[in-house]
Amino acid sequence: MTIGLIGRSAGRLLVPFIFIFGFYIVVHGHLTPGGGFQGGAVIATGVALILVCYYYRECMERFIPVKSFKLVESAGLMLFICTALAGLVAASGFLFNWLNASGGLFGHAVAYGINPGDLYTAGIIPVLNFAIGIEVFGALSAVLMFMFAGLKEPTQEEDDAESSVRNIDTDKKGGRK
Amino acid sequence: MKEAGSVFQPRFVIVLIVLVTLILLLPAVGLTFGDPSISSTDQYYIDHSQTETGANNVVAAIVFDYRGFDTLGEATVLFIAVLGVAMVFRRLHK
Repeated sequence: MTIGLIGRSAGRLLVPFIFIFGFYIVVHGHLTPGGGFQGGAVIATGVALILVCYYYRECMERFIPVKSFKLVESAGLMLFICTALAGLVAASGFLFNWLNASGGLFGHAVAYGINPGDLYTAGIIPVLNFAIGIEVFGALSAVLMFMFAGLKEPTQEEDDAESSVRNIDTDKKGGRK
Repeated sequence: MKEAGSVFQPRFVIVLIVLVTLILLLPAVGLTFGDPSISSTDQYYIDHSQTETGANNVVAAIVFDYRGFDTLGEATVLFIAVLGVAMVFRRLHK
């Protein structure tokens, strides 16, 4: 067994907070330091922790098949390109910031100078941030999953059998499994 | 192999490298570094990015608005890198 029960449980406890932190960095990319690349990398760190905390076969069969990561990555790139092309259709040019100060989604009026910031400003920049965020998340996670496939990892049954044998060996009274 | 007077003698190559380096370094003599009149775009970004793009974060305004095409290329590079990794590790993966 490479990682004990304590490590696995602590990782499982930590993973949702890492996801929330990464999502916060992605969503507030146009207001605070950070953005799509950084937030996507943070979320991919959470996926790496999941890979360490659970068994690989369990990950592949239960919740995160690698195909879904490739799907998420492609969807991010397609969202980026479609947003840029929508600028070509709705306004003057490719990647034009056509949502800015339009009054609609992400189009609130901008306060100039030092201000706490409004989440619904900056036009297409939050949309592109989100697209880049899920693209980086999918890309790094897919690379992790592909490289993890090459590792020789024991299954849960082998681990349980080994630890029970060791317990019987070390524990002279026996009885406990 | 090595004839006298060949252009591939090591001494000749070294002299050639030094000469070419000196010629390429010649324009750098008259160059003044840190001249603010050369880099006027940074002050423009600081002054105008908030009103033009609506983003409080100037870096985000540059990366996703002024230089958005560059970001598209970066995302494509990442996509192609993942395609390459998937191709290399395909046989291991089931």
